[in-house]
Amino acid sequence: MNTWRIARLVAAKDLRVEWRSRVVVNQVLPFAALVMVMFAFALDNDQVLTRVAPGLVWLATMFSLLVIVQRAFAVETADGALDALQVAGVRPGGIFLGKAMALAAQLAVLELVLLGAAVVLYKAEVVASGIVLLVTTYVAATTGLAFVGTLYGGLAAGAKGRETLLPLLMLPVVAPVLIGATRATEAALGTENATPSDGWPWIGLLTLFAVVFGVGGALAFGSLIDE
Amino acid sequence: MTGSMTSTRNPAEEMQTDPTRDRAPTSTTFSRTLGLAALAGSGWLIVFGLFLSPNDRVQKTGVRIMYVHVPSAWLAYLAFIVTGLSSIAYLWKRTRSLTWDRIAGASAEVGVLFMGITLVSGSLWGRITWGTYWTWDARLTTTAFLFVTYVGYLAVRDLGGSQQQRAKRSAVLAVLAMLEVPLVHFSVTWWRPLHQNETVSDGKLSGLMLFTLFVGIIAFTLLYVWLVLHRQRVLALLDQVDDQGLDVAIAERRDEAIAAQEVPS
Repeated sequence: MNTWRIARLVAAKDLRVEWRSRVVVNQVLPFAALVMVMFAFALDNDQVLTRVAPGLVWLATMFSLLVIVQRAFAVETADGALDALQVAGVRPGGIFLGKAMALAAQLAVLELVLLGAAVVLYKAEVVASGIVLLVTTYVAATTGLAFVGTLYGGLAAGAKGRETLLPLLMLPVVAPVLIGATRATEAALGTENATPSDGWPWIGLLTLFAVVFGVGGALAFGSLIDE
Repeated sequence: MTGSMTSTRNPAEEMQTDPTRDRAPTSTTFSRTLGLAALAGSGWLIVFGLFLSPNDRVQKTGVRIMYVHVPSAWLAYLAFIVTGLSSIAYLWKRTRSLTWDRIAGASAEVGVLFMGITLVSGSLWGRITWGTYWTWDARLTTTAFLFVTYVGYLAVRDLGGSQQQRAKRSAVLAVLAMLEVPLVHFSVTWWRPLHQNETVSDGKLSGLMLFTLFVGIIAFTLLYVWLVLHRQRVLALLDQVDDQGLDVAIAERRDEAIAAQEVPS
């Protein structure tokens, strides 16, 4: 079996697990929405909220990412599924890509909900001229986050104390995505008179990030989950 | 760490031949000489840094923080580079050895310590010269991220599992950190492009100041090598304790059982 086919099978399996358990839909999405409401309580100013809406969307995404990643690997380690896959001779690169694809799909849904929440709660406006940039930002950032999430989730999987360790390891790594995606989204939404052309350089950063951690992850994932 | 032993043999060998010894020194003649040199260097730095070097015209005596701040920053970067290179050496199959892993771990520990000193001394210095403890300058932000990243690295080293597992996991993480740091640096540089270039090294340093700084870098580098050497040996001993732990525990339980039979209570 080639890597690509393994990846699709693993991704399909993860999404099927999610479809049947609905943990992300029933727990993580409400959590993310709650975070958006809490931001409003903390900042307590409509103008400030509209100004910082893109950043808050991405910050809420990062927090939710932590929860989703923990869930994605709890499923694997619970019955030694990850070990079983390895014993079965499944290539780690394929597992990595598959889990990243499933994670990206779940993140994409989550980000759409968060953007919707920003429009409704924070009066952020999606403008037609920024749509292309917005979609590109979402694709690039989501890919990068999914790769990093899978990589560090695999690192922490099966080790005791992983619940507390994952945020410490992962948040510093995803900081460039927070900065890049926030700036690009601001440009797409026209926050503070930014124009879409301001956002494109950040897409470069996000793409570079996704490529670095995609390639790095596919190569390193095997040694990380090796028990 | 500098035990009273005068032997120059490898402490690891001693430990193996005599596992019951409760004090295994991690010092050798070389490391003891190095330790003395580091001590002398630190004394030299104190004399030059606190007494002989002149006050700055603007910063007055506050400029002396530089003699701790700059060398510790330099040393932290050196330490993280050593961690990265040792991790690569571990991952490369031909040079794979747990010694590389221990060097990487020891160096990261010392690096985190000195990066902490850099951040604290830097913010105090910033308070004196810029009037603020922190600015969102690219260099400062990258340094803070570097600190957090290696704190995470040290936490991963403590995750448990076999020594090989620990070594592999942390080596991969160290290599990932080397990928991450430039990305963080680029992004924060873009994020705040108008960062302050306000460091003392604007070419305004007097000869004696520059010399003192040089002394500081030498003293701190000696200290770094000394600390890493010892820490690496301690880690090797810890690994040995780990290896012998089960045997020792079985022997102890057996002795307890025998003792209990002899003295029935």
